[in-house]
Amino acid sequence: MSKKIGDVILDLQNISLRFGGVKALTDISFNVKQHEIRAIIGPNGAGKSSMLNVINGVYHPQEGKIFWHGNERKKMEPHMAAQQNIARTFQNIALFKGMSVLDNIMTGRITKMKSNFIEHALWFGRAKNEELEHRKKVEEVIDFLEIQHIRKTPVGRLPYGLQKRVELGRALAAEPTMLLLDEPMAGMNVEEKQDMCRFILDVNDQFGTTIVLIEHDMGVVMDISDRVVVLDYGKKIGDGVPDVVKNSEEVIKAYLGAGH
Amino acid sequence: MPDQANFGSVDGLHTFPRLLFNHAKTRANAPAMREKHLGIWQTWSWADVGERVRALACGLSALGFKRGDNLAIIGDNRPHLYMMMTAAQCLGGVPVPLYQDAVASEMLFVLQDAGIRFVVVEDQEQVDKMLEVREQLPGLEHVIYDDPRGMRHYTQTFLHDIHELMEMGRIHDRNHPDFLNQEVEQGHFDDVSVMLYTSGTTGKPKGVCQTHGAFIAAAQGGVEVDHMAADGDILCYLPMAWVGDHLFSYAQALVAGFTINCPESGDTVMTDLREIGPTYYFAPPRVFESLLTSVMIRMEDAGAIKRKLFHYFMDVAKRCGAEILDGKPVSMGDRLNYALGNLIVYGPLRNVLGLSRVRVAYTAGAAIGPELFRFYRSMGINLKQFYGQTETCAYVCLQPDGAIKFDSVGQPAPGVEIKIADNGEVLVKGPMLLKEYYKRPEDTAESINADGYFMTGDAGFLDEDGHLKIIDRAKDVGKLSNGAMFAPNYIENKLKFFQHIKEVVCFGHQRDMVCAFVNIDVGAVGNWAERRGISYSGYADLAGKPEVLELIRECVEQINAGLIHDTMVADSQIHRFLVLHKELDPDDDELTRTRKVRRNFVAEKYKVLIDALYSGKANQFIETEVKFEDGRRGKVSADLKIIDAKTFPIVKKAA
Repeated sequence: MSKKIGDVILDLQNISLRFGGVKALTDISFNVKQHEIRAIIGPNGAGKSSMLNVINGVYHPQEGKIFWHGNERKKMEPHMAAQQNIARTFQNIALFKGMSVLDNIMTGRITKMKSNFIEHALWFGRAKNEELEHRKKVEEVIDFLEIQHIRKTPVGRLPYGLQKRVELGRALAAEPTMLLLDEPMAGMNVEEKQDMCRFILDVNDQFGTTIVLIEHDMGVVMDISDRVVVLDYGKKIGDGVPDVVKNSEEVIKAYLGAGH
Repeated sequence: MPDQANFGSVDGLHTFPRLLFNHAKTRANAPAMREKHLGIWQTWSWADVGERVRALACGLSALGFKRGDNLAIIGDNRPHLYMMMTAAQCLGGVPVPLYQDAVASEMLFVLQDAGIRFVVVEDQEQVDKMLEVREQLPGLEHVIYDDPRGMRHYTQTFLHDIHELMEMGRIHDRNHPDFLNQEVEQGHFDDVSVMLYTSGTTGKPKGVCQTHGAFIAAAQGGVEVDHMAADGDILCYLPMAWVGDHLFSYAQALVAGFTINCPESGDTVMTDLREIGPTYYFAPPRVFESLLTSVMIRMEDAGAIKRKLFHYFMDVAKRCGAEILDGKPVSMGDRLNYALGNLIVYGPLRNVLGLSRVRVAYTAGAAIGPELFRFYRSMGINLKQFYGQTETCAYVCLQPDGAIKFDSVGQPAPGVEIKIADNGEVLVKGPMLLKEYYKRPEDTAESINADGYFMTGDAGFLDEDGHLKIIDRAKDVGKLSNGAMFAPNYIENKLKFFQHIKEVVCFGHQRDMVCAFVNIDVGAVGNWAERRGISYSGYADLAGKPEVLELIRECVEQINAGLIHDTMVADSQIHRFLVLHKELDPDDDELTRTRKVRRNFVAEKYKVLIDALYSGKANQFIETEVKFEDGRRGKVSADLKIIDAKTFPIVKKAA
């Protein structure tokens, strides 16, 4: 089974990000190719989530350039990322706890909706047809993630692993070309991790979605990603296919400490 | 009402394909099947189903499926899989449904035994199982799958999408328009229509060959007794390989012409049940039990007023509900009280359970606790029992309306003759008997005696009204060392009615006392423990808690106290018991796929525990190997406490 990895779609050049005097990221460059699974790893505080937030437009780096499909990106806001078909999940689940799974995933379709607030409130004219269409897409996501049995359950009542899956569902509902996953497997048991891995691979395989993920579980990262970038104290210390990264001395040092 | 099968005439409706095409012609637009897909119920009319079956049958034929071939069917209840059954029958082939949750190695035996060349499976999971055992199945030629999801990278040429098969069939049908009609014409009521494998409580599974005639007769009898109509709905969610599902969801649906509804997935059955609101519902006792358990758990979490209301009206229902349903005389006050209860408790409860529209609900497969049975009937649900086995199309005894006895399985169904052998074994004769065991003439000869009676292997007796009462499996009924009868099932079923107890295995044959293994119901006991602030880390830990052991001891003693009134079984009081550290599981071969205890296997596997029970030890260490769902193996160990239960002096000894 071989998949086609395409051209570079996201290119980050010499990114530096500071919060006051704290240097979160220092002179980092790497790129993401179409259809690949790209992992960002590193010890706690290495700057992984900051990196994701830079890609997503939440943080604006003081230095460096970002190229999206070959065009340099100006300062942008998170909602613009959504319009450019970049979707994400969060390290701490950020769902609407009181809403049902269905409604939560439906919110992922908001950027695709054309009718306005009033039309939706009255469920009138094009709003009705539009909703039916979006609902169909959402149902496809529900089917894909095998969560039919909790369709109408409020998210707050679900176990953690399922909530994570719902969050992935909401991101998928936006039909992203690039998916940013911030620790999708944190706090899961082995079985839930296996499920999540399978879904990530399936998303990548079936929809051709490019995936950038942050993950602590080395086994998972090395198994599913095509290329890995390693950060430590805001600096890039490794970049390449899993086998190369695994054997890099600097990476081993950062992870296991200098003594080993 | 259904058309009567006319076995005499050539063009009569005496095979399932003929029944189907007749529905497709005469009731073209009536709904035949529904399936929930992407959150919406999709409906196929009888005409749609007829067209698809035609396409599938022609497609199968184009692939080389011939008269006399067996077609394995593996998957959850899906419309296409049911259609495949009829498609195979059109060509004079025999569908062989398999239990879909079995692992590949377990399926291998049946696939080899039935000489399978063609397999129809539901999805990728089952395709993978077929690929796993393909090496050992040189005869396997084609695998057809229903759900294309995840199948994009499978390039093997013997794998076919069911939609491609249909397309192939439609082309074939266009080129040979008379072909299929001729094939269907050749079908005879005495042809084998389906092969169902026995679950194999003892030894290897055996393929039971049933004819069109047998299943149609059984279906017609049931339809007659229960006045089933064509506007009914049934939810089919039980394994297709099980005789009950084949009778209800396939044979009766085709005979009576009602609609079958396939749930979205195994996890959504409860929701789908509420949405469909079937008129005709079938579930094994364990499903009714877990429904009741979940209702009770939720009631205990409800507010004080609701709880009081619930218990008050439950008492009313217990007093008079079943009598009202049977049309027996009940006082005016109780009637009014019951009507009020119906409005505010029973009605809403039936609705929550998805049983508002139910005309008849059935249970079988194992004995049902009388209290449980009474509970559902008193709520106004016409729950009945029937009795039968794979070899008799699950059709021997039915409980007719108005003549329900809680402890009997009913009267012989239309066309069935029953006789009790000298050793107490139930013998039956009728049109629904098996034709043979596949390729096992000696087993066939052994199971049917010289007078043409099938030997069921169950011990029972007919009471004064001609109702059959089943005591136990004939071979399980033993004797205690003092000569008293020991019917383990009888006692186990009594204990299993407690919501905290899931499974029990009793021992006592040729021993001086009865001892038992108990499995707790982790849902109910877990909830119970939570509300008492008892913390636990997992199943084994919970099962070993002294409070839990005390709880189970109370249950056992209650049963002991009840047993003394029944002279037949008074000696079978449970003296000592233990609570097992793991749940008995079909994956560990301790239960059959239909969740019956494999008594001998359990006795052998846990021999040290039995020895400890009878040697008077206070505790025993045990380590057991377990198989996880993903096929890995692991070990669980525990030091089990053995509890002495209070026994009661027998009130009156049999003369």
